[in-house]
Amino acid sequence: MRILMFGWEFPPHMSGGLGTACFGITKALAAMGHEITFVLPRIKGEKEHSHVELLSASDVPVPLSYVNAPAYLPAMDTKEDPFQYLFHKLRMRMVNSPLRPYLTESQYAELISGTKISPLSKPDSEGRGLLSIPGDYGPDLIAEVIRYGAVAGVIAGNERFDVIHAHDWMTIFAGIHARKVGNIPLVLHVHALEFDRSGEHINQDVYDIERRGMEAADHIIAVSHYTKRVIVERYGINPQKITAVHNAVYRNEARQAYHVSKKKSAKIVLFLGRITFQKGPDYFVEAAAKVLKALPDVKFVMAGAGDMMPRMIERVAELGLGRHFHFTGFLRGTDIEKIFTMSDLYVMPSVSEPFGISPLEAMMCDVPVIISRQSGVAEILQGAMKVDFWDVNEIANKIIAILKYPVLAAEIVARSREDLRNIHWENAASQIVKTYQRILHKPD
Amino acid sequence: MPSVCIYFQVHQPRRLKRYSFFNIGHDHFYEDKEKNRQILNKIAEKCYLPTNRILLDLLKEYGGTFRIAFSLTGVLLDQLEENRPDVLDSFKRLADTGCVEFLNETYYHSLAFLFSPREFREQIALHKKRIQDLFGQTPVTFRNTELIYNNDLAKAVEKMGYKTILTEGADKILGWRSPNFVYQPAGCTKIKLLLKNYRLSDDVAFRFSDARWSEHPLMADKFAHWIHNINAAGEVINLFMDYETFGEHQWQETGIFEFLKLFPREITRHPDFIFQTPSEVAKRYDPVAQLDIPDFISWADVERDLTAWLGNAMQKDAIRSLYGMEKIVRRFKNDKLLDTWRLLQTSDHFYYMCTKWFSDGDVHKYFNPFESPYDAYISYMNVLDDFSGYFKTVKKRPGV
Repeated sequence: MRILMFGWEFPPHMSGGLGTACFGITKALAAMGHEITFVLPRIKGEKEHSHVELLSASDVPVPLSYVNAPAYLPAMDTKEDPFQYLFHKLRMRMVNSPLRPYLTESQYAELISGTKISPLSKPDSEGRGLLSIPGDYGPDLIAEVIRYGAVAGVIAGNERFDVIHAHDWMTIFAGIHARKVGNIPLVLHVHALEFDRSGEHINQDVYDIERRGMEAADHIIAVSHYTKRVIVERYGINPQKITAVHNAVYRNEARQAYHVSKKKSAKIVLFLGRITFQKGPDYFVEAAAKVLKALPDVKFVMAGAGDMMPRMIERVAELGLGRHFHFTGFLRGTDIEKIFTMSDLYVMPSVSEPFGISPLEAMMCDVPVIISRQSGVAEILQGAMKVDFWDVNEIANKIIAILKYPVLAAEIVARSREDLRNIHWENAASQIVKTYQRILHKPD
Repeated sequence: MPSVCIYFQVHQPRRLKRYSFFNIGHDHFYEDKEKNRQILNKIAEKCYLPTNRILLDLLKEYGGTFRIAFSLTGVLLDQLEENRPDVLDSFKRLADTGCVEFLNETYYHSLAFLFSPREFREQIALHKKRIQDLFGQTPVTFRNTELIYNNDLAKAVEKMGYKTILTEGADKILGWRSPNFVYQPAGCTKIKLLLKNYRLSDDVAFRFSDARWSEHPLMADKFAHWIHNINAAGEVINLFMDYETFGEHQWQETGIFEFLKLFPREITRHPDFIFQTPSEVAKRYDPVAQLDIPDFISWADVERDLTAWLGNAMQKDAIRSLYGMEKIVRRFKNDKLLDTWRLLQTSDHFYYMCTKWFSDGDVHKYFNPFESPYDAYISYMNVLDDFSGYFKTVKKRPGV
């Protein structure tokens, strides 16, 4: 099958959880013999050899007439069209902070310094120009998302594909546009929802885009039953239109190289993720305070960055835990593996986690994990310890137990290995292909 | 003339509460009394009372030709006495018919045989006394917790004077042999061994209401017919099962009570078949062979071994920690301490820590009051932590 995929992240071009998942899915699909064209906002540096054809939306010339007028969406020309209205309404709106799900420290700095990004390059002789789509969740995100959608139409018109697969709300315009132009079905893959990112204080524009996208898509893939439920309850989508396909994790053979001896005096408990509302860092800090009363030698590491970081540092100071707490800032690649191997326990107290790949990564380093029950990954892990994120006493109780009873930690690791044996991207890919086939063979 | 030998296991553990690290040192009360009371009430209404009523009618109606056996654990009897004396009375009415044999086991439904011979003997003695007091008979048949058994156990129990012992008719010990005969444990000369016919027993206990089972629905006449078919090929058909099968595991709506009501009539329709209790069976038949069972077996799970209670490191750690306290607990000569320590021996606590169900056995999950085996282990270890701290303080008190 020829698959036209729209995504906002792909390693090594920006790699949060979304990029990791896209990589895993496409790699398994390619191994099954499917051809994938993966459109990214922008590819920095040289294009590497990959199992997919990576396409940079920023490098595809687009007729400028197409962009400047709302009419650049040829198939959506009725005045009542909700998308047209949405586009109109959204065009150059600034995005407020919860929208940027994978904000890094440097991007944060860039944002604060108020860098403006020019929307268009100079037109060529045929009146075509390149669009500015930096793809780094900048303040211009919604406008970027719309420009990215315009490029999608050009790509879908140039080549023939069997199916369109769009990842998350940033690519919804692209997906819908390509669907109209190419007249092929659209699968929307939901990795995270506005409710996950922002709790109840959602950005209405993003919610509207998500909802319209879900309505327009021929089928929706959700990363968990948890996310599927939210889609049904909060977006009013028919559950029969949604298939839950769990993420997986890739085994990294190079891991041995980072092996760190765990023979050390102080035990390390790790939080790793964006320090944002969604990830529940505050619950981690409160639980840590309780743990330290019982086990005064434990070290807590908070790895990651995000808008709640200053508040967390202050809270740690307030509780007088500074001596036991380490903030590493944003970590990547091998540093992540290193911190996993150094840790005696990984805690993911997420308030709302559509899936959550990092517990799987911790498990691959034989680190016992405590995960929030409010997470998609909890649906496929039997070996992990599960907690309600708000139950700070219980989180503390479980952290203490795992550190205090080595037999328990060993048992969790052993059961986690069993879990990992059944978690493969190949399973996810074959479920995705089944979904494609179902909508392709569905009589209209 | 083959015998049909029915024995019901009646047990409810005294479950522990969720005992967090933060309870340690403040809270010395480990049992979840409220939950245990609720469960006991539910089971009393759904199973014990209605089934006892049916059995009492049957025992009276058949005037001695319908006979059954019970093994009631000490922890259940204590709970009945405290919360449901009406249920305890209904068991006494059954005893009054003279057609019921009460078996002997470890008072606390424990795994003591595996860890402490002294504790094993003491718990059996306690239980024996309780049965004598309540039901006016001295037990002569022994069943170990969860039908756990091996040669050594049989020898120890024979030495204590028992005439009969029960265990599982597991394929791995029987091989080509049939469970439908009386055997002699290897190395024993007097005690006789009865083996559960697990196929027929589980047809009732597990499969009765399973709509996917090809024999569903199971009617008393069909089941009796299967038993009658054994006629020439056996001397005793041992139907051993949890008493909670009736009305609790198999709900009233499944027709389990109608099945039970009709069962004696269907069996005795065939003139060759009679009902007997374990000790009567043992008296009647000579062993056909010696059975050599060096490794422990049980009636649990497909493995029929000890892995339901001692299969993983958490379970072993917990139970070794517990029995490691025996010496110091005994030194206090304090009944309350000893009782608490014994309460912690009930095999169910270790069953809740079993991780086998990750791959199979939904049964474990169904019976587990904890959310996961980890939670069971954490609570248990925290309790042990508190307990060991507590008995250190007891010593200092005057008059103890």
